[in-house]
Amino acid sequence: MVGGFRWAAMFPDEVWEHVFSFLPADADRNAAALVCRAWYRIERRSRWRVFVGNCYAVEPAAAVRRFPEVRAAAIKGKPHFADFNLVPSDWGGGAEAWVEAMAEGWPHLEELRLKRMVVSDDCLELIARCFKNFKVLSLVSCEGFSTAGLAAIAANCRNLRELDLHENEVEDNCLHWMSHFPESFASLVTLNIACLEGEVNVSVLERLIGRCPNLKTLRLNHSVPLERLVGLLHRVPQLVDLGTGKFAAQHHPELFSKLESAIAGCKNLKSLSGFWEAGPTYLPAIYSVCEGLTSLNLSYATLQGPELIKLISRCKNLQRLWVMDLIEDDGLIAVAASCKLLQELRVFPSDPYGAAQPISLTEHGLVAISAGCPMLHSVLYFCRQMTNAALLTVAKNCPNFTCFRLCIMEPHTPDYITRQPLDAGFSAIVESCKHLRRLSLSGLLTDLVFKSIGASANCLEMLSVAFAGDGDAGLHYILSGCKNLRKLEIRDCPFGDKPLLDNAAKLETMRSLWMSSCSVTLGACRQLARKMPLLNVEVINERKRGLPLELQPDNCPVEKLYIYRTVAGPRSDTPSCVWILR
Amino acid sequence: MEAAASYVKDGDDLRDTELRLGLPGTEAPEKPAAPSTRGSKRALQEDGDMESRAKSRPLEVDCGEAPAAKTQIVGWPPIRSYRRNSFPPRKVEAEAEAEAAGLYVKVSMDGAPYLRKIDLKVYKGYKELREAIDNMFKCFTQGEVSRKEGCSSGSESAITYEDKDGDLMLVGDVPWEMFISSCRRLRIMKGCEVRGLRTRQYS
Repeated sequence: MVGGFRWAAMFPDEVWEHVFSFLPADADRNAAALVCRAWYRIERRSRWRVFVGNCYAVEPAAAVRRFPEVRAAAIKGKPHFADFNLVPSDWGGGAEAWVEAMAEGWPHLEELRLKRMVVSDDCLELIARCFKNFKVLSLVSCEGFSTAGLAAIAANCRNLRELDLHENEVEDNCLHWMSHFPESFASLVTLNIACLEGEVNVSVLERLIGRCPNLKTLRLNHSVPLERLVGLLHRVPQLVDLGTGKFAAQHHPELFSKLESAIAGCKNLKSLSGFWEAGPTYLPAIYSVCEGLTSLNLSYATLQGPELIKLISRCKNLQRLWVMDLIEDDGLIAVAASCKLLQELRVFPSDPYGAAQPISLTEHGLVAISAGCPMLHSVLYFCRQMTNAALLTVAKNCPNFTCFRLCIMEPHTPDYITRQPLDAGFSAIVESCKHLRRLSLSGLLTDLVFKSIGASANCLEMLSVAFAGDGDAGLHYILSGCKNLRKLEIRDCPFGDKPLLDNAAKLETMRSLWMSSCSVTLGACRQLARKMPLLNVEVINERKRGLPLELQPDNCPVEKLYIYRTVAGPRSDTPSCVWILR
Repeated sequence: MEAAASYVKDGDDLRDTELRLGLPGTEAPEKPAAPSTRGSKRALQEDGDMESRAKSRPLEVDCGEAPAAKTQIVGWPPIRSYRRNSFPPRKVEAEAEAEAAGLYVKVSMDGAPYLRKIDLKVYKGYKELREAIDNMFKCFTQGEVSRKEGCSSGSESAITYEDKDGDLMLVGDVPWEMFISSCRRLRIMKGCEVRGLRTRQYS
């Protein structure tokens, strides 16, 4: 492209680099890189932040080679349904390959964020040793490491700013890992150890945070007793984000007033979480900071409705609320009246298996929130009953939803008043919410809802489907519509081979597709794999009965299927229950 | 999965033939197909009902899991195992919390200058409670007998309580467990007001 070459040479590379630095999203940088060779060259040398949504989509060495100046990397591993034990524990997602390649090619790496990956202590040691200016380690929903690995990080990362451990499974074999932070170490801004199971040496922690004047986020684990929280807070009055430890103790008026004043002393508190075992006794100690709170996570506290109402009605500036369904409809009505700035609501089930008394959390609570909170755009709601009418009202009240996840806990539950499927309700949601990026369906649903979604959900990027649909048409509607779909995960739906094969090309435009307990056969998967060389078609069969998969006939049903686009070809670390078809 | 739809349609009919451990005429435990019971308080379920309730759910069997006494679908509802492990059933949690915290309620006596607080968890029944209260307020009752007009032998008093709904109830009517779970404060009514209560009962 002669014309392209001429104008690119109008400015020196540094000018183009500076221009590209204003491109916020990776998608924009990717687009710029495709314009001409000059821009490709300039862009790749100036990209310092990389996001890899699927660790198997590209060879680590290739990514490192293309972008030599990367300072911050974020990588995701296992499919989302791994959170719910649907993915075998040995499936993969190991971080070694990436960490080794990065240690080799990105010695100046400062930030590493891993999600749903298997991270070994060796990985952590490699990170600690190889990246001299390492500043941020964020591990979300990871496993495979222990506090011994954390000790290596503590000992060696002299400039560490963030240690963010969120919902990981961490083995506790090194009690004194925090003592490995040297006495001279004072750079922490974020320390989140909420997911650690074991005892924390609170005195060591006190000294550590006492010498970190920039500490803004401190999230403790449940082993830190309430009495010690007072001492910790006195050392970090500048805190913006606090996750308490255990929030219960024997009633003691002196402890209460000390706690109350320690919390009131943190004048910049915007976010509170933790609250393990919280009861009505000590909750009022946080009343003084409620007005300034923008984020409140009470989802680990089994507080009842009245206490929750008393607390939350003081939080007039709340933007994010995570709470248990013990809040009930009455509590949500109170939230709707008090929290006019609410943007995100998550209501978790206190009793997922229906063993205790039923809770009065119904569609009424959701409708109340939708009516009272004009800035609401993200909802996760677990309940036991729903109506189309309620969903229609919610859709009308909240056309700005970006994320709507409704989980009616009993599969196939219809509208409890009309006994109809909930097609009309969910259709109203996708038709009204033009900016919807994420949707999770539940309840009794026919193919009709998928017709609406395929036709209307133009911004939808992630769709989760369970126990829904009548047949192949449902899946076909989705794959032939939803032009921005990136991730599709399906379980226990009667979707078969035909829509997959008819829409094979679509799969290359998406990050991944997960299907389990559907009606897909091995033959279709083989066909798909042959037809689409840029897809990895992974068949997961855990039962291991009879013939190995290569010898099974085409009509053999496939238990679990994971398909993802990749330029790396079949991965080499598959366990025995996973076959990559070619 | 067409069978799934038919399971839903037959839901109501199945209820008539289901085996339950409850007495005939007692309400079956709440199922999602039943109309909303929003706002209604339900009695605590007997342990026996949990077994029969699980067995009478037809839907779980359809999902390929081997039927078990309490069938659970793998990975459903979709909550992280991290959350699942954190929560014992709500009943147990509430009990544990109450045990740790004690069940302190205020006790007032008409005419007494100040109130007391007692831990209801400490007493095993109404007799112990009455004795404790008598002991606590002994100092206030001794002087009063001669002053009250029309009082015959001893001072008449009745122990009442304010329950969850804010109503004033006479102590002793309901089983002890139910009482301590609904009692918010105690009030010892004295003298004429009590006799007024008594006469109203018989008129």
